[in-house]
Formats: sequence, structure tokens, C-alpha cells
Amino acid sequence: MTSPNPVAKRSLAQRISGERIVLALAAPVLAVALSVAICSVLLATSGKNPFDAWNVMITYATKSDGQVAILNRTTTYYLAAAAAAFGFRMNLFNIGVEGQYKVAALFAAFVGAQLDLPSFIQIPLLLITAMLVGGLYASIAGLLKVYRGVSEVISTIMLNSIALAIIGVLLVPGVFAPKVSGTTNSIQTDPVSQSSHFFSIETPGGTLWGFIFVAALVGVVFQFVLTRTRFGFDLRATGRSESAATASGVNVKKMVIISMAVSGAIAGLIGMPELLQNSFYYGQTFQQNLGFLGISIALLGRNSPIGMAFAALLFAFLDATGAQLPLKGGFPSEIVSVMQGTIVICVVVAYELVRRYGLKRQQKRVGAQLAAQAAATEKKEVSA
Amino acid sequence: MSTATAARPKAPGAPAKKRKLSWPVVLLLIAGALVLISAVGMATGNHSLTSSGQIAAALSAAVPIGMAGLGGLWSERAGVVNIGLEGMMVAGTFCGAWAGYLVNPWVGLLAGMLGGALGGLLHAIITVTFGVDHIVSGVGINLLIPGICAYVNRIYYKDYISAGAGQNQSPPADPLPYITVPGLSSGLKSIENHHWFLVSDAAGVLGGLVTNLSVVVVLAAALIVASYFLLWRTVFGLRLRSCGENPTAAESLGVNVYKYKYMAVIASGAFAGLGGAYLSLVAAHFYKDGQTLGRGFIGLAAMIFGNWMPGGLAMGAGLFGFTDSLQLRDPESVHVLILIVSIAMALLALWQLYRRKYTATVISFVVAGGLAAWYALTDEVQRPLIVATPYVITLVVLSLASQRLRMPKADGQIYRKGQGK
Repeated sequence: MTSPNPVAKRSLAQRISGERIVLALAAPVLAVALSVAICSVLLATSGKNPFDAWNVMITYATKSDGQVAILNRTTTYYLAAAAAAFGFRMNLFNIGVEGQYKVAALFAAFVGAQLDLPSFIQIPLLLITAMLVGGLYASIAGLLKVYRGVSEVISTIMLNSIALAIIGVLLVPGVFAPKVSGTTNSIQTDPVSQSSHFFSIETPGGTLWGFIFVAALVGVVFQFVLTRTRFGFDLRATGRSESAATASGVNVKKMVIISMAVSGAIAGLIGMPELLQNSFYYGQTFQQNLGFLGISIALLGRNSPIGMAFAALLFAFLDATGAQLPLKGGFPSEIVSVMQGTIVICVVVAYELVRRYGLKRQQKRVGAQLAAQAAATEKKEVSA
Repeated sequence: MSTATAARPKAPGAPAKKRKLSWPVVLLLIAGALVLISAVGMATGNHSLTSSGQIAAALSAAVPIGMAGLGGLWSERAGVVNIGLEGMMVAGTFCGAWAGYLVNPWVGLLAGMLGGALGGLLHAIITVTFGVDHIVSGVGINLLIPGICAYVNRIYYKDYISAGAGQNQSPPADPLPYITVPGLSSGLKSIENHHWFLVSDAAGVLGGLVTNLSVVVVLAAALIVASYFLLWRTVFGLRLRSCGENPTAAESLGVNVYKYKYMAVIASGAFAGLGGAYLSLVAAHFYKDGQTLGRGFIGLAAMIFGNWMPGGLAMGAGLFGFTDSLQLRDPESVHVLILIVSIAMALLALWQLYRRKYTATVISFVVAGGLAAWYALTDEVQRPLIVATPYVITLVVLSLASQRLRMPKADGQIYRKGQGK
């Protein structure tokens, strides 16, 4: 105890010690194993061999077209998870990712269809539009929380449903959709102009979306902002203890509004890979439920950029390969959402158990150290 | 649960005493609303808002919302936030239709409650025993239960096509009985058809309440009343509510907090399940994926609208049921509703002027004027806007009255035995 240096070093060594890594990995591995077991039982009850189903999924994942499909889904899922996680890091439950990305995608699709600027202006413009719309829509919940004390959980749930109404009002022929809907029954916006198409990489397995780099960038910025800036420190401090943060001079109200808006801005990006790389228009068939999937992925990845990348990959794997199940072997693809649900529930429980176990061990260790110290001083006194 | 940045109490000059909405005042307001609707109905010649058909439809739409809200009430009164109501409702729709087809619809109702209760049990295990955040658990349940039901629906009902099962739906169950009060119903109907000022409107409302009423509607109303007595007038209820207000204090008085939380959350699931069973046995006679359409969330909103009280919850459910049923009816009556709300806002503005709240007066007048202009300039209301009405109302009520609403003090907090400070 002569200088603080050895202590700091020891704590660093402790931090990367095997025990901590095992504890951190135990929860997700256990959760996945348990949900595989539960789903195997469910599949077996339908009178089919569950191993055939796993075989179909894994076989598809080893093929290059399967891998490209998984990576493309991962891109979207990762953005959805990042949007939810940004709020979670400060204990803000942005359940409204679902509504934010839909509204944002609708407006971006409309702007993209109206304008035809050079790509290097058009694409950033569309991304900014989407982020702005998503951020503004989310900040309604932030403002209501700060100025009127409305819980963001309820307000974002309401805003999700209101978003559907906004889309229903705007996405009609003559407003955001073209006047003559043609032969198709579904109403959709005009396709975005050619210059809005994001770059993609042609691989033997199909088209890999270039947006994967944007998603990676979001992850890097996410990590940088949270761990290397004053804002990120304030945000995490508020998340851990609001009263402590207030005492140390953090303007909690401002933080709530800003982080809600940032969370919504990231949510605005969720629909972009689909819009700028795949469908090129916003319609009634636009991907649904990404918001709630994002929340689950964020929980699974413990809101950390790297953890979420793995979690997004896992969910993308389940979804992409699950889509093959009805085609090969006649398994219902609904088993995938059962699996995702069990993974999420098992993982949150497992994290909590691991946390309690770790806490108990730590308490024991500290207790033992204190007892040893007390014993040592007592001995000294006796001998003196 | 979340960072609580409660807004500060408003303007120091405002009177500090809280006016409570007593029953006479509420009844007076309802009567006033009826007079207003009646007058506008006379002026525009559109009487459909108080027709017995409209009221019956509203009541029917209110039941699942009210049951989900009642589930939320039980759970949150014991301090557990239940976002998983939606998933538990789905369990109710599935189990209800399943047992309703195999045995009979009465058993179906019970099975629906049981299915919902199982969902509640899962939520209780995750949140109470394992101490996971309530919202997180709810999101997980909303993902898991619909997934399981959709999966079983897909593999199980394949063999029942001959019994009337569809690609993705269960075979139809027998209907539950409907109640019509003899004599009263037809008499009220004839009064309603005369379109006399106020009398016909009152007759229409009453007629809707006594004609072709599903037994489940009566059951639901009875459950809300029973919940009030159980939670507010018995020792059991006091103990349960104490777990939601201050579990540590309850623990120090010898209340087994875990036990009460478990019971409350399981009951919560059972009520949500009953709401779901209503959807698959009364509103429709079969189970289909995605039948609940977010009604669990609206139920939660109705409960918050009702200030975590059964009476308020019933009114919230009625209001949301009313707007929910409007989307199925003619767009013209909704258009008339704009005019009514506009006049109501104008009256509110006058009241606020009398109370010398000038900012509120101006805001109310502007809203009233805007609505009046909307009424004058359009011929009908777009359907999506009608669908969104309950959500907008909830947001407005929450933002205007959040100082007046009081949720259970320890709602959403994680409690562990012996860790009180």
C-alpha cells in the first residue's frame, strides 16, 4: 500500500482475469443453450426431428448466400439495438424505436423520391432527414418527461401507435404516395431517385449492403461518445445514479432530452439500409417490429457496442436461417420468435443471477480481507 | 424503473389545495356531456353518437381494454409494472379459443384466464424472484408468448381443417349467451327513434346498456367492482397495496411481500387473459395471430388515465372503447364529434376564464377554434386519425394531469427481502 500504482495494476489484472470473463460469458451462453433445448422440445412435440431443423439452419449459414443474408440483416438489427441501447445506458426506456424508425423512413422515402441531387449530397441529405425526423419524434417523449413528468415508457408506447396513424394519414394517394397507384394493391411512395442508392458490394453470395459500414461507424461513435467524452460520462453517471449526477453538476433535464433525441436519431437510420439498398420505397409492407427486436438485441448485448454486434449477428442468423425452415423440411418458421423470446428472457435472468453471484463473491472476498486485517491489528496490539 | 424527473408543481400562485373529482361532479359532467351531444345531434340531425348500436359497440370494445387495465391495476398496485399485458392477452385469446372449441365457451373463459395467469406467473418469477427490471421482462414476454401461440397455432390446427379451422386460425367455438332485458329494451328503442331532445339520447344510451349484452360484459363490470372492494375495503387489499407503496414498511409489519406480489401479478395475468378470451370467444369465435392489436397497451393507458383507480379505469376503458368503436362506424358521426369536442373546449375556456387562469383560457380557445375550423372545412375524418384518438387523449391527459395522477409510490422498483434501508 505504498503507492497507488500496484493497486491500479492489480485491479486491471483482476478485471481481465478468467473468472470475470467466464462470468460475463456464462449468461448468454447459458441462455442460448437453454432456449435451444426448449425449442428442441417444442419442435419434437410437432412430431419432427429437431436436429433436422438445426441442420437446415446451420447448413444455410455455411453457404455464401446465407452469410450475405445474415450480414444484411445484422446491419439493420445492429442499428435498432444501438438506438435502444443509447437510451438504456442512461436508464431511459425508449420503447418508441418502433414508431421513430417508421416515421423517419417514410419522410426519407418521400424526400428521396422528390429530389434528384448528386449522390454525395443526396445520400447524406436523406440520412440527415431520417435522423432529424426520428430525433424530433423521439424528443416529444423527452420533452413530455422533463416538463410534464410523463413516464417515457407510456408516452413512447402511445407515440408508436400515433406514428402508425401519421403514416396512415400521409401515405395515401395524392399526399406521399403517387396519385395513380397502378395495378398493385399496396400503397407505397414513389421509388427514391437513382442517386439515392447506397453503394453495395457484389459477392458470390449476392449483394452485400454497404450500409454495414455505416452500422459499424455508429458502433464506433457510440463507444467513443460514451467512454471518451464529457457527454458520455454525464450520460452514464445519470444512468447509474441520478441524484449523484445532479450533485456533480449534470443538468439531468438537458441530458434526458438530448439522449432521447439521439436515440431517436439512431432509430431514424434503422429503415435506411432497406430503403436505400433493397426496396427503394416506403410501403405498407416495410419491415415491421424492428424496434422491439432492437430492444431485445440491446438487452442481450448488455448495451455494449461489441456485445450488441454479436447479439445482432445471432438474431440475424436465427431470422435469416429460420426463413429457410418452411422451405426445407416443412418446419414452421414461427419457432424463431419463440427462440428469440426465450433467449431474451433467459439472458436477463441469467445476467441478474450472475450479477448477484459476483456480488456475493466480492462481498465474501472483502469480508475475508477485512477479517484478516482486523486479526493482524489485534495481534499487533497484543504483542505490543 | 427510470430516471424520475417529475415536473415541479406549477406556478406558486396557484391554489395549493387539490380539488378531487367526486362522484356527483363526475355524474354532472357526464350529464352535461349528454346534453351537449344531444343539442349538437339536434342541430346537425346526426343522432348516431348516442344510438343504442353505438353504445353497445363501445361497451363491447371497452371490455378487453378494461380487463387489460384491471390487470395493470392489480399488478401496479402491488408495485410491479406490467408491460407484458399484451402478451398475456394473447395467451388468453389462444387458450380461450382452444378450450372454447374443445369443451365449451365457459371453460374457454376459464382457460383464457388460466393462460393469462401462466404469463403472469412467468412475469412474477422474472421480476419478483429474480429481480429483473419490470419493463425488460415485459418486453421479453411480449416477444415470447405471441411467438409460442403462433407456433402452436401453425402446427396444431392443421389437423382441424375439417372442423372449420383456417390456415392460421382455430376452429370456431360455440357462442356465449347474450342478455337482453325484456320489455325495457324495446321500449327504449321506440323512445330513441322519436329523436326527442335529450330523452331519446338518454334512451339510446340506456338501450345500448340493456340490449344484446354479452354475459362477459356483465362479468367484466362485476370484476371491476369486486376489485375495488377487494383492494380498498379488505385487509388483503390493504396489504397488497402496501407492497406497491412501501414494501419495506409492509415487510416490517410482517407482510410477506413476495407472496402478495406473486398473487397480484398472477391475478393481473388472469384478467388480461380474460380480456383476450373475450376477443376470441365473443368479439370473434376463433383464434387468429395478432388479434389483440395492442389492446394490452391501451388497457395500461386506460388505467393510468384512471389514476390507478378502478372507477377511473372503467371510465378510461369506456372512453377508449367509444373511440375504438367509432372507427367501425360511419365517418360522419366522428365528424360531428369534432364539433362537440370543440364546443366542450370553448366551455372549458370560459370556466378557466372564470377561474382566472388566463394562459389556459387562451390555449383552450385556440384549440376550440382550431377544431371548429377543422369541422367547418372538412366533410369527414380520416380513419387513421380516429384510430389514434385514444393514444392522443392519453398523451394529452398525461401531460396535463400528471401532477394530479399519483401512481403507487414503489411502482416499478425492484424489491428484495431484508434489504430495506
